[in-house]
Amino acid sequence: MTRYVIIGTGITGFAAAETLRTLDPVAEILLVSDDPHGFYSRPGLAYYLSGEIPEKQLFLFSKKGKLNLGVQYVKGLVTSLNPSSHTIETNTSGELGYDRLLLATGASGVPLEVPGANLKGLVKLDDLEDTRKILSMVKNTKTAVVVGGGVVAVELVEGLIAQGIKVHYLLRGKWFWPNVLGEIESGMIERYLTHDEVILHHNTEIVEIIGKRGEVAGVLTSNGDVLRCDMVAVGIGVKARTELAQGAGLKTERGVLVNEYLQTSAPDIFAAGDVAQIFDPVSGNASIDNLWYPGRKQGRIAAFNMAGQREIYQRTVATNVLRLAGVMTTIIGAIGSGRDEGQVYTSRGSSETWQQLPNTIASESGTDLSHLRLIVGEQKLLGALVMGDQKISRPIRDMINSQVDISPIRKQLMESSPQLGQFVMDYWIKTKGGGET
Amino acid sequence: MTFPLSSESKHVKTLVTGHVVPEPERCIQCGICSFNCPISIDVRYYAWLGEYVEDSYCLTCGECVERCPRGVLHFEKTELFIGRKE
Repeated sequence: MTRYVIIGTGITGFAAAETLRTLDPVAEILLVSDDPHGFYSRPGLAYYLSGEIPEKQLFLFSKKGKLNLGVQYVKGLVTSLNPSSHTIETNTSGELGYDRLLLATGASGVPLEVPGANLKGLVKLDDLEDTRKILSMVKNTKTAVVVGGGVVAVELVEGLIAQGIKVHYLLRGKWFWPNVLGEIESGMIERYLTHDEVILHHNTEIVEIIGKRGEVAGVLTSNGDVLRCDMVAVGIGVKARTELAQGAGLKTERGVLVNEYLQTSAPDIFAAGDVAQIFDPVSGNASIDNLWYPGRKQGRIAAFNMAGQREIYQRTVATNVLRLAGVMTTIIGAIGSGRDEGQVYTSRGSSETWQQLPNTIASESGTDLSHLRLIVGEQKLLGALVMGDQKISRPIRDMINSQVDISPIRKQLMESSPQLGQFVMDYWIKTKGGGET
Repeated sequence: MTFPLSSESKHVKTLVTGHVVPEPERCIQCGICSFNCPISIDVRYYAWLGEYVEDSYCLTCGECVERCPRGVLHFEKTELFIGRKE
């Protein structure tokens, strides 16, 4: 009987376990994790923080009988991995052997490295324990300072505002998320944040966290201002948890390097999800997606390959849907303005491929409430950003994924007319046909 | 039992001709849909499976469609009524 060991109980590890069970009904499957809560919706933490759902809603399969995978859960931290003996060492269950192993250890928040970062009152939004900690502090928190320029930071801002806390939001650049959003797009988000009485500080970083009796009392900013606060919430990026792989001598860069079969440099060890830096034979690059659905898909593909089948991970166009300050935003494919030079880490809810903007032309149209930006290549659409009204996002994703030839309408697409969205929709219906109401 | 629906509601039409369809690629399984369903249908589970909400009790009230923060759910016409004049 084959023994599969999966390290990590996030979406990737869980999807791998689910798939392995369907492929091999009798195999022994071990899910090992130091997260005491097992599998839950990590992106859902933002809505738990804002009070839109209760904690128990984060768990998908809490109802008995809905999904019984016959998996053994091992709670504990994996302290070492030994590829030659096919074993791992845990701090709770000692040594465990494996036939095939999946590293699905994910990524964790990058700590803020400034004086005072060890004070009580510093929080992040990595896992359920972090969210519980923030909620337990709400009662005694009047003002918070949030730092970071991506999805998690804005989720922290919205969550804390929903809990009735006054929020100062520090942005390192001229506007919010400059390596993905343009000035107009960011302006839409910032208007909503200001409407919710968030105090925005552009071109501002934390220089020092000021403490009083071991607790956060304020921050000193790069502008020389002192902002009084009881909490500092950090969402400055995530870093792949590669320590185990590095200790085992596996090849790593920003993540654990894997080929298109999600195999690492060591035999019988695979990696997937936020920890995996996946080689793409088409582009020749290896990149990381910190996204939920690709994480699920990678878990499935890894399972097929662990079970001895040969399945290539086909990278589809990276897509994410976000609710940024109440504005529904869909990001599809390459749309960014290049890598943020000061950014070393990836961001949760983000893909490195968004920042690989090819040399093409962007076409825009929009109102105060909705915005559409298309990245138009020679013969096909390469990327899009849809904010506000989302009717057009599914047709566009479909057109990008199936590489629909847009050359007959390319000229019109470049005109940035107010009817741009309708024009794309009409073309999609004409080429594919749409059946929804 | 009657449900108070405005005669102008778009949902009146949907009640008889549509069902809720998920787009799993957008779903992060937060469960807001299931939590807000007035009759406790586990909409999220359908999204996990990538299947339309096939529950004879579904009111197609649109609560899950409206509440989803990621735009996962939309209405589609059911095949049952194809060919029938609206």
